[in-house]
Amino acid sequence: MSERIRVGMADLNICKAPDSILTLGLGSCVGVVLYDRNKKICGMLHAMLPDSTKIRNNEHRAKFVDTGLEDLIGLLEKEGVRRSSLVAKVAGGATMFNFSSGSEISGIGTRNAEAVRTILKEYNIPIIADDTGKNYGRTVEFYPENGKFEIRAVGREVTFI
Amino acid sequence: MALESYSDITESQYDALRELGSIGSGNASTALSDMLNRKVTMAMPKVMMVELAKLSDLIGGPEEPIVGILVTFDGSVKGMMMFAMTQASARRLADFVLGQDTESMHFADMDKSALKEIGNIITGAYMSSISTITGFDIISDVPHLAFDMAGAILSVPAIEFGKVGDMALLIDSSFDDATDDIDGYFIMIPDLKSYEKIIEKLGI
Repeated sequence: MSERIRVGMADLNICKAPDSILTLGLGSCVGVVLYDRNKKICGMLHAMLPDSTKIRNNEHRAKFVDTGLEDLIGLLEKEGVRRSSLVAKVAGGATMFNFSSGSEISGIGTRNAEAVRTILKEYNIPIIADDTGKNYGRTVEFYPENGKFEIRAVGREVTFI
Repeated sequence: MALESYSDITESQYDALRELGSIGSGNASTALSDMLNRKVTMAMPKVMMVELAKLSDLIGGPEEPIVGILVTFDGSVKGMMMFAMTQASARRLADFVLGQDTESMHFADMDKSALKEIGNIITGAYMSSISTITGFDIISDVPHLAFDMAGAILSVPAIEFGKVGDMALLIDSSFDDATDDIDGYFIMIPDLKSYEKIIEKLGI
Protein backbone atom coordinates (compact mmCIF):
# COMPACT_ATOMS: atom_id res chain seq x y z
CA MET A 1 0.00 0.00 0.00
CA SER A 2 1.28 3.41 -0.90
CA GLU A 3 0.87 6.32 1.45
CA ARG A 4 0.03 9.95 0.84
CA ILE A 5 2.32 12.30 2.71
CA ARG A 6 0.70 15.60 3.54
CA VAL A 7 2.69 18.82 3.61
CA GLY A 8 1.09 21.68 5.56
CA MET A 9 1.47 25.40 5.15
CA ALA A 10 5.03 26.56 5.85
CA ASP A 11 6.12 22.95 5.84
CA LEU A 12 8.28 20.56 3.85
CA ASN A 13 8.88 16.83 3.55
CA ILE A 14 10.34 14.16 1.32
CA CYS A 15 8.73 11.15 -0.30
CA LYS A 16 9.79 7.98 -2.11
CA ALA A 17 7.86 5.88 -4.63
CA PRO A 18 5.32 4.31 -4.38
CA ASP A 19 4.13 6.97 -1.92
CA SER A 20 2.88 10.34 -3.06
CA ILE A 21 3.17 13.77 -1.48
CA LEU A 22 0.54 16.50 -1.48
CA THR A 23 -0.40 19.90 -0.17
CA LEU A 24 -3.96 21.23 -0.04
CA GLY A 25 -5.37 24.60 -1.02
CA LEU A 26 -2.33 26.49 -2.26
CA GLY A 27 -3.28 30.12 -2.79
CA SER A 28 -0.64 32.81 -2.93
CA CYS A 29 1.75 30.37 -1.29
CA VAL A 30 3.99 28.42 -3.60
CA GLY A 31 4.45 24.65 -3.84
CA VAL A 32 7.80 23.37 -5.09
CA VAL A 33 8.69 19.78 -5.90
CA LEU A 34 12.32 18.72 -6.30
CA TYR A 35 12.65 15.34 -7.94
CA ASP A 36 15.29 12.77 -8.76
CA ARG A 37 13.75 10.64 -11.51
CA ASN A 38 16.27 7.83 -11.29
CA LYS A 39 16.02 7.33 -7.56
CA LYS A 40 12.26 8.10 -7.62
CA ILE A 41 12.57 10.30 -4.60
CA CYS A 42 11.27 13.81 -4.22
CA GLY A 43 10.72 16.61 -1.76
CA MET A 44 7.96 19.20 -1.48
CA LEU A 45 7.97 22.67 0.04
CA HIS A 46 4.88 24.82 0.76
CA ALA A 47 6.32 28.30 1.34
CA MET A 48 4.46 31.50 2.20
CA LEU A 49 6.98 34.28 1.67
CA PRO A 50 9.82 34.81 -0.81
CA ASP A 51 12.71 36.01 1.31
CA SER A 52 13.67 35.23 4.93
CA THR A 53 16.24 38.02 5.01
CA LYS A 54 13.45 40.62 4.73
CA ILE A 55 11.69 39.37 7.86
CA ARG A 56 12.93 39.73 11.42
CA ASN A 57 11.02 36.76 12.80
CA ASN A 58 12.50 34.20 10.43
CA GLU A 59 13.37 31.11 12.48
CA HIS A 60 10.53 29.11 10.90
CA ARG A 61 12.60 28.17 7.85
CA ALA A 62 9.96 26.33 5.80
CA LYS A 63 7.88 29.49 5.70
CA PHE A 64 10.29 31.09 3.23
CA VAL A 65 11.27 30.12 -0.29
CA ASP A 66 15.01 30.70 0.28
CA THR A 67 15.56 28.87 3.58
CA GLY A 68 12.86 26.28 2.75
CA LEU A 69 14.59 25.26 -0.48
CA GLU A 70 17.95 25.17 1.26
CA ASP A 71 16.57 22.76 3.88
CA LEU A 72 14.71 20.65 1.32
CA ILE A 73 17.86 20.22 -0.76
CA GLY A 74 19.74 19.34 2.44
CA LEU A 75 17.18 16.66 3.31
CA LEU A 76 17.37 15.14 -0.17
CA GLU A 77 21.18 15.14 -0.08
CA LYS A 78 21.02 13.26 3.21
CA GLU A 79 19.08 10.60 1.31
CA GLY A 80 21.98 10.32 -1.11
CA VAL A 81 20.47 12.46 -3.86
CA ARG A 82 22.89 14.60 -5.85
CA ARG A 83 21.82 18.18 -6.42
CA SER A 84 22.83 17.91 -10.08
CA SER A 85 20.29 15.14 -10.65
CA LEU A 86 17.33 17.18 -9.37
CA VAL A 87 14.61 18.77 -11.48
CA ALA A 88 11.79 20.97 -10.22
CA LYS A 89 8.05 21.43 -10.72
CA VAL A 90 6.31 24.50 -9.34
CA ALA A 91 2.67 25.46 -8.69
CA GLY A 92 0.70 28.09 -6.78
CA GLY A 93 1.65 31.72 -6.34
CA ALA A 94 -1.85 32.84 -7.32
CA THR A 95 -3.33 36.30 -6.89
CA MET A 96 -6.46 35.53 -4.89
CA PHE A 97 -7.79 39.06 -4.64
CA ASN A 98 -7.42 41.47 -7.48
CA PHE A 99 -6.37 44.80 -6.01
CA SER A 100 -5.14 47.71 -8.01
CA SER A 101 -1.94 46.68 -9.72
CA GLY A 102 1.26 47.14 -7.80
CA SER A 103 -0.37 46.57 -4.44
CA GLU A 104 1.91 44.68 -2.09
CA ILE A 105 -0.81 42.23 -1.10
CA SER A 106 -1.80 41.23 -4.61
CA GLY A 107 1.82 40.89 -5.69
CA ILE A 108 2.90 38.35 -3.10
CA GLY A 109 1.97 35.26 -5.13
CA THR A 110 3.94 36.50 -8.11
CA ARG A 111 6.92 37.32 -5.94
CA ASN A 112 6.83 33.86 -4.35
CA ALA A 113 6.93 32.22 -7.79
CA GLU A 114 9.70 34.55 -8.94
CA ALA A 115 11.75 33.77 -5.84
CA VAL A 116 11.53 30.05 -6.66
CA ARG A 117 12.80 30.67 -10.21
CA THR A 118 15.66 32.89 -9.05
CA ILE A 119 16.83 30.60 -6.27
CA LEU A 120 16.57 27.37 -8.25
CA LYS A 121 18.62 29.01 -10.99
CA GLU A 122 21.34 29.70 -8.41
CA TYR A 123 21.26 26.02 -7.44
CA ASN A 124 21.30 25.04 -11.13
CA ILE A 125 18.10 23.05 -10.71
CA PRO A 126 15.96 23.29 -13.88
CA ILE A 127 12.22 23.91 -13.63
CA ILE A 128 10.59 21.44 -16.02
CA ALA A 129 6.95 22.31 -15.27
CA ASP A 130 5.35 25.48 -13.98
CA ASP A 131 1.72 26.24 -13.19
CA THR A 132 1.94 29.45 -11.22
CA GLY A 133 0.05 32.73 -11.10
CA LYS A 134 -3.57 33.22 -12.22
CA ASN A 135 -6.31 33.78 -9.68
CA TYR A 136 -7.37 30.44 -8.24
CA GLY A 137 -6.34 28.01 -5.52
CA ARG A 138 -4.72 24.66 -6.24
CA THR A 139 -4.36 21.34 -4.47
CA VAL A 140 -1.25 19.61 -5.75
CA GLU A 141 0.00 16.04 -5.49
CA PHE A 142 3.26 14.61 -6.79
CA TYR A 143 3.90 10.96 -7.64
CA PRO A 144 7.63 10.13 -7.64
CA GLU A 145 6.81 6.79 -9.26
CA ASN A 146 6.13 8.48 -12.63
CA GLY A 147 7.06 12.13 -12.02
CA LYS A 148 3.51 13.36 -12.52
CA PHE A 149 2.37 16.49 -10.72
CA GLU A 150 -1.40 16.53 -10.35
CA ILE A 151 -3.18 19.88 -10.03
CA ARG A 152 -6.75 20.16 -8.82
CA ALA A 153 -8.74 23.40 -8.64
CA VAL A 154 -12.37 24.26 -7.93
CA GLY A 155 -14.51 24.03 -11.07
CA ARG A 156 -11.59 23.04 -13.32
CA GLU A 157 -10.41 19.85 -14.95
CA VAL A 158 -7.66 17.98 -13.17
CA THR A 159 -4.37 18.53 -14.97
CA PHE A 160 -1.00 16.84 -14.83
CA ILE A 161 2.15 18.80 -15.48
CA MET B 1 5.57 48.74 24.38
CA ALA B 2 6.97 47.15 21.27
CA LEU B 3 5.38 43.99 20.01
CA GLU B 4 7.71 41.55 18.32
CA SER B 5 4.97 39.23 17.21
CA TYR B 6 1.30 38.52 17.80
CA SER B 7 2.21 35.78 20.27
CA ASP B 8 3.52 38.49 22.61
CA ILE B 9 -0.04 39.59 23.31
CA THR B 10 -0.89 39.12 26.98
CA GLU B 11 -4.06 37.77 28.58
CA SER B 12 -5.39 41.21 29.55
CA GLN B 13 -4.74 42.50 26.05
CA TYR B 14 -6.72 39.54 24.78
CA ASP B 15 -9.64 40.56 26.95
CA ALA B 16 -9.51 44.03 25.48
CA LEU B 17 -9.36 42.63 21.96
CA ARG B 18 -12.26 40.32 22.77
CA GLU B 19 -14.22 43.33 23.98
CA LEU B 20 -13.32 45.21 20.83
CA GLY B 21 -14.37 42.14 18.83
CA SER B 22 -17.73 41.86 20.52
CA ILE B 23 -18.51 45.55 20.09
CA GLY B 24 -17.44 45.36 16.47
CA SER B 25 -19.47 42.22 15.75
CA GLY B 26 -22.42 43.67 17.71
CA ASN B 27 -22.42 46.71 15.47
CA ALA B 28 -22.02 44.49 12.45
CA SER B 29 -25.08 42.41 13.37
CA THR B 30 -27.14 45.56 14.00
CA ALA B 31 -26.12 46.86 10.59
CA LEU B 32 -27.04 43.50 9.09
CA SER B 33 -30.44 43.52 10.86
CA ASP B 34 -31.14 46.98 9.47
CA MET B 35 -30.19 45.94 5.99
CA LEU B 36 -32.21 42.74 6.02
CA ASN B 37 -35.04 44.30 7.97
CA ARG B 38 -35.21 41.33 10.29
CA LYS B 39 -33.61 40.61 13.60
CA VAL B 40 -30.17 39.15 13.36
CA THR B 41 -28.59 38.16 16.64
CA MET B 42 -25.09 37.11 17.22
CA ALA B 43 -23.45 34.71 19.61
CA MET B 44 -20.67 36.05 21.82
CA PRO B 45 -17.70 36.09 19.50
CA LYS B 46 -14.76 33.89 20.29
CA VAL B 47 -11.40 35.54 19.98
CA MET B 48 -8.65 33.09 19.24
CA MET B 49 -5.02 32.99 18.36
CA VAL B 50 -4.64 30.26 15.80
CA GLU B 51 -1.56 28.71 14.27
CA LEU B 52 -1.35 29.85 10.66
CA ALA B 53 -1.20 26.27 9.43
CA LYS B 54 -4.45 25.45 11.24
CA LEU B 55 -6.41 28.52 10.13
CA SER B 56 -8.34 26.73 7.40
CA ASP B 57 -9.16 23.74 9.64
CA LEU B 58 -11.56 25.95 11.60
CA ILE B 59 -13.71 26.56 8.58
CA GLY B 60 -13.88 23.02 7.26
CA GLY B 61 -10.37 22.22 6.08
CA PRO B 62 -8.07 23.58 3.36
CA GLU B 63 -10.28 22.32 0.51
CA GLU B 64 -13.63 23.54 1.87
CA PRO B 65 -15.22 25.94 -0.63
CA ILE B 66 -15.55 29.31 1.08
CA VAL B 67 -16.20 32.93 0.29
CA GLY B 68 -13.71 35.51 1.45
CA ILE B 69 -14.47 39.21 1.54
CA LEU B 70 -11.34 41.24 1.95
CA VAL B 71 -11.19 44.91 2.85
CA THR B 72 -7.99 46.82 3.29
CA PHE B 73 -7.86 49.86 5.50
CA ASP B 74 -5.62 52.82 5.78
CA GLY B 75 -5.31 55.94 7.93
CA SER B 76 -3.89 55.94 11.47
CA VAL B 77 -4.47 52.21 11.59
CA LYS B 78 -3.43 50.18 8.58
CA GLY B 79 -4.07 46.60 7.68
CA MET B 80 -6.74 44.35 6.28
CA MET B 81 -9.80 42.57 7.46
CA MET B 82 -11.35 39.45 6.06
CA PHE B 83 -14.84 38.12 6.56
CA ALA B 84 -14.85 34.45 5.64
CA MET B 85 -17.76 32.03 5.56
CA THR B 86 -18.63 28.70 4.01
CA GLN B 87 -20.33 28.88 0.64
CA ALA B 88 -23.46 27.42 2.24
CA SER B 89 -23.58 30.36 4.67
CA ALA B 90 -22.90 32.79 1.84
CA ARG B 91 -25.76 31.25 -0.12
CA ARG B 92 -28.15 31.84 2.80
CA LEU B 93 -26.93 35.40 3.27
CA ALA B 94 -27.32 36.29 -0.39
CA ASP B 95 -30.78 34.68 -0.40
CA PHE B 96 -31.84 36.76 2.63
CA VAL B 97 -30.76 39.96 1.00
CA LEU B 98 -32.31 39.22 -2.37
CA GLY B 99 -35.42 37.61 -0.94
CA GLN B 100 -34.93 34.42 -2.87
CA ASP B 101 -34.55 30.76 -2.13
CA THR B 102 -31.79 29.21 -4.17
CA GLU B 103 -30.37 25.77 -3.73
CA SER B 104 -27.63 26.05 -6.27
CA MET B 105 -24.08 26.79 -5.21
CA HIS B 106 -23.62 28.86 -8.32
CA PHE B 107 -23.27 32.53 -7.42
CA ALA B 108 -24.68 34.89 -10.04
CA ASP B 109 -23.53 38.50 -10.41
CA MET B 110 -26.51 39.64 -8.32
CA ASP B 111 -25.47 37.30 -5.50
CA LYS B 112 -21.92 38.55 -5.70
CA SER B 113 -22.88 42.20 -5.46
CA ALA B 114 -25.20 41.39 -2.56
CA LEU B 115 -22.36 39.66 -0.74
CA LYS B 116 -20.01 42.54 -1.48
CA GLU B 117 -22.55 44.94 -0.07
CA ILE B 118 -22.92 42.82 3.05
CA GLY B 119 -19.16 42.69 3.34
CA ASN B 120 -19.06 46.44 3.02
CA ILE B 121 -21.68 46.96 5.71
CA ILE B 122 -20.36 44.55 8.28
CA THR B 123 -16.69 45.32 7.91
CA GLY B 124 -17.58 49.03 7.85
CA ALA B 125 -19.62 48.70 11.05
CA TYR B 126 -16.77 46.78 12.58
CA MET B 127 -14.12 49.28 11.65
CA SER B 128 -16.20 52.26 12.69
CA SER B 129 -16.65 50.84 16.18
CA ILE B 130 -12.91 50.38 16.47
CA SER B 131 -12.48 53.89 15.19
CA THR B 132 -14.95 55.24 17.78
CA ILE B 133 -13.32 53.42 20.69
CA THR B 134 -9.76 54.27 19.79
CA GLY B 135 -10.35 57.69 18.25
CA PHE B 136 -8.30 56.71 15.19
CA ASP B 137 -9.49 57.57 11.75
CA ILE B 138 -9.73 54.45 9.62
CA ILE B 139 -10.38 54.58 5.91
CA SER B 140 -11.71 51.40 4.31
CA ASP B 141 -11.18 50.47 0.70
CA VAL B 142 -13.88 48.76 -1.40
CA PRO B 143 -14.38 45.08 -0.59
CA HIS B 144 -12.94 42.33 -2.76
CA LEU B 145 -14.63 39.00 -3.09
CA ALA B 146 -13.19 35.57 -3.84
CA PHE B 147 -14.73 32.09 -4.05
CA ASP B 148 -12.26 29.27 -3.64
CA MET B 149 -10.77 26.66 -1.33
CA ALA B 150 -10.35 27.82 2.27
CA GLY B 151 -6.61 27.20 2.21
CA ALA B 152 -6.15 29.36 -0.86
CA ILE B 153 -8.28 32.27 0.33
CA LEU B 154 -6.92 32.22 3.87
CA SER B 155 -3.38 32.16 2.50
CA VAL B 156 -3.80 35.90 1.97
CA PRO B 157 -4.28 36.88 5.64
CA ALA B 158 -1.96 34.02 6.69
CA ILE B 159 0.88 35.51 4.64
CA GLU B 160 0.32 38.92 6.22
CA PHE B 161 0.43 37.40 9.71
CA GLY B 162 3.33 35.24 8.60
CA LYS B 163 5.50 38.31 8.17
CA VAL B 164 5.56 38.77 11.95
CA GLY B 165 4.91 35.36 13.45
CA ASP B 166 3.21 32.00 13.21
CA MET B 167 -0.16 32.90 14.70
CA ALA B 168 -3.26 34.69 13.43
CA LEU B 169 -5.91 36.57 15.36
CA LEU B 170 -9.35 35.23 14.58
CA ILE B 171 -12.80 36.31 15.71
CA ASP B 172 -15.43 33.64 15.28
CA SER B 173 -18.89 35.21 14.94
CA SER B 174 -22.04 33.35 14.26
CA PHE B 175 -25.09 35.28 13.17
CA ASP B 176 -28.53 33.89 13.70
CA ASP B 177 -31.80 35.16 12.27
CA ALA B 178 -33.90 32.60 14.18
CA THR B 179 -34.38 30.39 11.13
CA ASP B 180 -30.91 29.86 9.78
CA ASP B 181 -27.43 30.08 11.12
CA ILE B 182 -24.79 31.99 9.32
CA ASP B 183 -21.38 31.27 10.63
CA GLY B 184 -18.70 33.72 9.74
CA TYR B 185 -15.18 34.50 10.77
CA PHE B 186 -13.63 37.89 11.05
CA ILE B 187 -9.92 37.92 10.63
CA MET B 188 -8.30 41.15 11.66
CA ILE B 189 -4.89 41.88 10.30
CA PRO B 190 -3.69 45.28 11.43
CA ASP B 191 -0.01 45.66 10.83
CA LEU B 192 1.96 45.19 14.02
CA LYS B 193 2.57 48.90 14.50
CA SER B 194 -1.16 49.60 14.28
CA TYR B 195 -1.70 46.86 16.78
CA GLU B 196 0.60 48.51 19.26
CA LYS B 197 -1.27 51.76 18.68
CA ILE B 198 -4.64 50.17 19.40
CA ILE B 199 -3.41 48.44 22.55
CA GLU B 200 -1.71 51.61 23.74
CA LYS B 201 -4.85 53.64 23.11
CA LEU B 202 -6.93 51.17 25.07
CA GLY B 203 -4.53 51.69 27.95
CA ILE B 204 -3.45 48.11 28.53
